[in-house]
Amino acid sequence: MAPSPLATLITGRRRVGALALAGLTLACLLLAIVAIGQGAISIAPGRVAEILIARLTGDATLLEGRDVLVVLNIRLPRVLLGLLVGAGLAVSGALMQGLFRNPLADPGLVGVSSGAALAAAATIVLGDRFLAGTMMKLPFALLPAGAFCGGLASTLALYLIATRGGRTSVATMLLAGVALGALAGALTGLLAFVSDDRQLRDLTFWSLGSLGGASWTKLSAVAPIILPLLLLMPLLARGLNGLMLGEAEAYHLGIPVQRIKALAILLVALAVGASVASAGMIGFVGIVVPHLIRLSVGPDHRLLLPLSALGGAMLLVGADIAARLIVAPAELPIGIVTATIGAPFFLWLLLRRTSVLDV
Amino acid sequence: MSDPMPILSSHGVSFAAGGRRLVAEASLGLAGGMTTILIGPNGAGKSTLLKLLTGELKPVGGHIEIAGAPLGTVPAWRLACLRSVMAQHARLAFPFSAYEVARLGVDGVGRALTRQRREAIVAESLAAAGVIDLAGRRYQTLSGGEQQRVQFARVLCQLEAGRSIAERQVLFLDEPIASLDLCHQLALLDMARSIAARGVAVLIVLHDLNLAVTYADHLVVMDQGRIIAQGPPARTLDDALLRQVFKVDLTLSRAPAPGLPFLLPQQHRARPAA
Repeated sequence: MAPSPLATLITGRRRVGALALAGLTLACLLLAIVAIGQGAISIAPGRVAEILIARLTGDATLLEGRDVLVVLNIRLPRVLLGLLVGAGLAVSGALMQGLFRNPLADPGLVGVSSGAALAAAATIVLGDRFLAGTMMKLPFALLPAGAFCGGLASTLALYLIATRGGRTSVATMLLAGVALGALAGALTGLLAFVSDDRQLRDLTFWSLGSLGGASWTKLSAVAPIILPLLLLMPLLARGLNGLMLGEAEAYHLGIPVQRIKALAILLVALAVGASVASAGMIGFVGIVVPHLIRLSVGPDHRLLLPLSALGGAMLLVGADIAARLIVAPAELPIGIVTATIGAPFFLWLLLRRTSVLDV
Repeated sequence: MSDPMPILSSHGVSFAAGGRRLVAEASLGLAGGMTTILIGPNGAGKSTLLKLLTGELKPVGGHIEIAGAPLGTVPAWRLACLRSVMAQHARLAFPFSAYEVARLGVDGVGRALTRQRREAIVAESLAAAGVIDLAGRRYQTLSGGEQQRVQFARVLCQLEAGRSIAERQVLFLDEPIASLDLCHQLALLDMARSIAARGVAVLIVLHDLNLAVTYADHLVVMDQGRIIAQGPPARTLDDALLRQVFKVDLTLSRAPAPGLPFLLPQQHRARPAA
């Protein structure tokens, strides 16, 4: 018996999904190896792979030489941080878009990023003043910690504003997010206005993002905060699919809507707070990547979330390679690279297929 | 309330929002095998009552029981096995295909089923709703009526998947035929009745009085938040009720064979304006 057109359709879709997952995983791995090889000391991808495998298998005989140190202590944590932050930002974007049922939603929109930015600016500008009398230098960890708390605080504030009687209104949250974002932006501007030249330079550089400060210490602080988002993706996918019909319909389908919303918002606040804290403000990953995936394999979250994670990781690591190469030996802030690649690419997508935004 | 053991029953249920009483002391029972049709003018509280019965809204007074348990205590996943709901407006945020929309019905409730069984349920439901040829089309590109039929297929999926868990089920349809052509209106209502024949309690909100009396076993008339009449259609609807509730001065006629009342709006045009 010949398979029905419907059966062909289903198996076709499943094949595309499996292929995309396998393909992107492989591409991501290759890109990471190339990225580790790039820099002031160029190391061939083969040698990078050799070092990594030797490190994993504990084969000490191959772990000698300056390139081993460069790979394991400098490049590897940087690339891992890039993969983690990129995946976290892209998945956060996809989650927010699904939760708000709005293709323009982005962690930036619900105030996580702007809250984090305000806290970071306050740390840079005001931290110095408070410590001016004493001989202390600004502790290095204060900036990321401040950014993280700022992001979490603004998300919590939004959640409290939008929750009435146990129900969170996503529409209220979106609007309140825009308002709080504008307020945080104005206060950040005020801080920039009163800061001196050196602070202004710090502020600008941080607000454009960079993976430059990566280290194993930083990575071990950030990973436990971003990883839950990536590990719990499968739990959220089915609920987000149901939410596409609306909250009432999702409830009728048996989805614990309130719990899904609370969990998604918490995970996004943590992941975005941690990535802003560790790598600064990096725009456009959360918007471009999920839409690109939707255009190629459709909006089913069971595929969309893992593919967004891989795509986001690749975009950020790729952008980091560009950031290091374009003005070598100096480094371009990575936010500039993601926005200059991301924005025109996104516009091209819109021109090519107008259906991205049809709601 | 002819059945001594309705699957779902409401007792004096009330709901208010913004200081207005939208549903007042509504009592009714939905029995397995029965098609109950809810009619009433715009703003009578039909959809609100339906939302109360599905558990989407919590009543401010009275209580509702489903399968012997208070509705408020039944968790969402269990409720999804017991009842399936087709709401009035179904918009979709992102471009799912018609197949994927219908599949949402089995994704949650049918978790325990094998993939083959789930896919078979989706295919059967799409075929039953007459939309199997649209399966690969993007939902947004479908016409309003086609979208409504895809939603109906989704509801059928959920009902079928839930049948493996709950024996006694309720199907809620809120104006399911609003955008359908006559042929599909009749087909959908026929389908609803055949589902009822399987033992499911069916509640439909309708505006077309002629179709309501044709398809209902039990007719419920609402006005200003209250149930003002209910019973078998032949005995429930009369000229006085039409005047009082629907504000139309029309005379009901009786169809020859089953003696069901019917209405000709042509009378309205024929009469000189008052």
